[in-house]
Amino acid sequence: MSSHDHTDIDDVTGTDTTGHSWDGIKELNNPLPRWWLWTFYITIVWGVGYTIAFPAWPLISSATSGMLGYSTRGEVAQDIARFEQANSAIMAQLASADLGTLDQTPELMRFATSAGAAVFRNNCSQCHGSGAAGAVGYPNLLDDDWLWGGDFENIAYTVRHGIRNEEDWDARYSMMTAFDEILSNGEIDAVVNHVLAISGQTYDATLAAAGSALFLDNCAACHGDAGTGDRNQGAPNLTDAIWLYGGDPETLEQTIRYARFGVMPPWSPRLSEAEIRAVTAYVHQLGGGE
Amino acid sequence: MGNYFKLAALGIIALFAAMAANWGRDAAYIVHAIIILGVSGFMFIRVLRQMEQPAMATPTGYMDDVVRAGVVATTLWGVIGFLVGVIIAFQLAFPQLNFEMLQPYGNFGRLRPLHTSAVIFAFGGNALIMSSFYIVQRTCGARLWGGNLAWFVFWGYNLFIVLAATGYLLGATQSKEYAEPEWYTDMWLTVVWIAFLAVFLGTLFKRQERHIYVANWFLLAFIVTVAMLHVVNNLSIPVSIWGSKSVQIFSGVQDAMVQWWYGHNAVGFFLTAGFLGMMYYFVPKQAGRPVFSYKLSIIHFWALIFLYIWAGPHHLHYTALPDWASTLGMVFSIILWMPSWGGMINGLMTLQGAWDKLRTDPIIRMMVISLAFYGMSTFEGPMMSIRAVNSLSHYTDWTIGHVHSGALGWNGMITFAALYFLTPKLWGRAQMYSMSAINWHFWLATIGIILYAASMWVTGIMEGLMWREVDANGFLVNSFADTVSAKLPMYIVRGLGGVLYLAGGIIMAWNIYMTIRGGVKVTAALGVPAE
Repeated sequence: MSSHDHTDIDDVTGTDTTGHSWDGIKELNNPLPRWWLWTFYITIVWGVGYTIAFPAWPLISSATSGMLGYSTRGEVAQDIARFEQANSAIMAQLASADLGTLDQTPELMRFATSAGAAVFRNNCSQCHGSGAAGAVGYPNLLDDDWLWGGDFENIAYTVRHGIRNEEDWDARYSMMTAFDEILSNGEIDAVVNHVLAISGQTYDATLAAAGSALFLDNCAACHGDAGTGDRNQGAPNLTDAIWLYGGDPETLEQTIRYARFGVMPPWSPRLSEAEIRAVTAYVHQLGGGE
Repeated sequence: MGNYFKLAALGIIALFAAMAANWGRDAAYIVHAIIILGVSGFMFIRVLRQMEQPAMATPTGYMDDVVRAGVVATTLWGVIGFLVGVIIAFQLAFPQLNFEMLQPYGNFGRLRPLHTSAVIFAFGGNALIMSSFYIVQRTCGARLWGGNLAWFVFWGYNLFIVLAATGYLLGATQSKEYAEPEWYTDMWLTVVWIAFLAVFLGTLFKRQERHIYVANWFLLAFIVTVAMLHVVNNLSIPVSIWGSKSVQIFSGVQDAMVQWWYGHNAVGFFLTAGFLGMMYYFVPKQAGRPVFSYKLSIIHFWALIFLYIWAGPHHLHYTALPDWASTLGMVFSIILWMPSWGGMINGLMTLQGAWDKLRTDPIIRMMVISLAFYGMSTFEGPMMSIRAVNSLSHYTDWTIGHVHSGALGWNGMITFAALYFLTPKLWGRAQMYSMSAINWHFWLATIGIILYAASMWVTGIMEGLMWREVDANGFLVNSFADTVSAKLPMYIVRGLGGVLYLAGGIIMAWNIYMTIRGGVKVTAALGVPAE
């Protein structure tokens, strides 16, 4: 078959074929669809125009910057600048307001709460949960059970300096003793039962009685004689049935044996003063603020 | 003489693998060394035994055994890949499915590359290799060049898949999306791929036809470009010859750019050009009609090949990548729209005069839906490459939906159609065992894709809108976890879509098995008209 024999007509469409055949497959000699061709041309023309308007063509050590002066970084900077300008007055007011009386200025408190909510979602929710309800080892911020204090100043201090971290010398700091090698197994069991008793759970009376004395000798210095805790040392109240790591016998035993060392980073290097106050206001109004 | 050379090479490989198994520094490397030791040892004995036998006559005619093996491999890998996809879809919806006892092997992080590689490279790759071998022989009127080299390509490629898959489970990864296998697996694939190129080119050179058919242009472009992409993106230096870990040559944004130049063109040349090659053969054959336009095939081929290679930067909008590169990526992506659609037009218009077959032939129906999804994805892709659209869609599940409407719709459906076309021909059966099972497969797969794509569009756009939602003062409204919990219902719908698609795949595997076993099920004429 000659390769460009144009006499081969397809019966169904009446179009001639290119005259080739591969394993029985032929090709019709249809032209390019006009709409297809024109759309293709239009996208090319548009493309040329777009690359003139926007940064596009690489040169030796830089690139064309485009006639519109657009840049992605510039676009973000503009957005940020717009919001910062709109909020600048009230942000400045927040940064210098008296923390103790923040909730007496409703307008400022409202702004601080919505700003603080955004700060919280971006920076705090990873540990404390997006609803601030906490998780095992990460305190619930919705209740009024505070480890280090729940008024504006104390919350702000905790946010600013963090807890038991090595970055900030002013971080809140305390350390529970690991009693694994100090107390015998029986003694640990006794202390566990004492804690079960003061937290209103079922306990073994004999063991708990023995544990009571051990508690006074070993634990009361931080947790208080009655086990109600000490905010100055971040020592939890053991009688309120609110647990950071868990109040069942196994978890209590773990805690007594190996201690706990919850860490929170300092946020002053990352958040502005106004943002720290804002997130303080947000946490304060969640339910437990003092 | 050749056999002595083979024996020496296999012996050296086996010896090295034994040493590697002994001195290997990580689990993946040791397991791979043992696999290679087993394979090379087996081949050594096989070659040795063959030496005693008299040389066989050179076979003539088309070399179809290797295509038959490819049909089986494609089917098996397809079902495995879909199954792992369903598992990880439900792991995303219910994280508890990352069972403690299966850690770390059954973790989403290790199963996800297993899924992507199983469907793209194992299912798609085997489909491309076997259909290339079939198409190039038929359209050149020539037996595959290189004798058993085609078998080497088949087994070598599937060994690559096994090494890649076990590597992921055991924790060997370069952490480059779609290019996760470590250095020695990459080197092995390079060898196999060059052999593939040699077989394909060799067959083209000895063709009986004067002209090269359009399907072969696409297949050749696919083979050549994938070789280039694979080599450049995997340039790395092993930390030790006795370990799987390697360090990339490129770093920072250059590495990201090379990765997405590779990643995008894996889509462009593996999943588009290669499958267009399949389409250009199987659609006209099944429809019994000439290709719509020779001119269109030339123009859209060259435009596609030229433009695709520049579009990669659209994966890196709003990153450290300079704006100029991202603009060019976007512009080339949009200009690529029509060249991509050329394939759809040529495919669909080839059915001119055969549209009635849509009612009676489920294979044609699969081809049409495949081309429809191809057209939809190649419109959606350029649209998502626009910077403003991308600022909403990037990092969301919209991208996942886009990829799957292309992969499940276009690549999956055209492959199923090709398998249904090839199986009866290769095993000498009149037709598939059950035509109504093909119909079931068609509907299960189509509904599965629709559930998948629709749920991912909804959840992706919702997610993007939630991420950017700010209040009147410009403060963020949602936390990341809020967006995650909002997606749960759509994740379940997506998983169900996957279940349907998998069910279709299993039906196909059964149907292919029954066809190969022989005996055609007697049924009434298929496709009752709608009257």
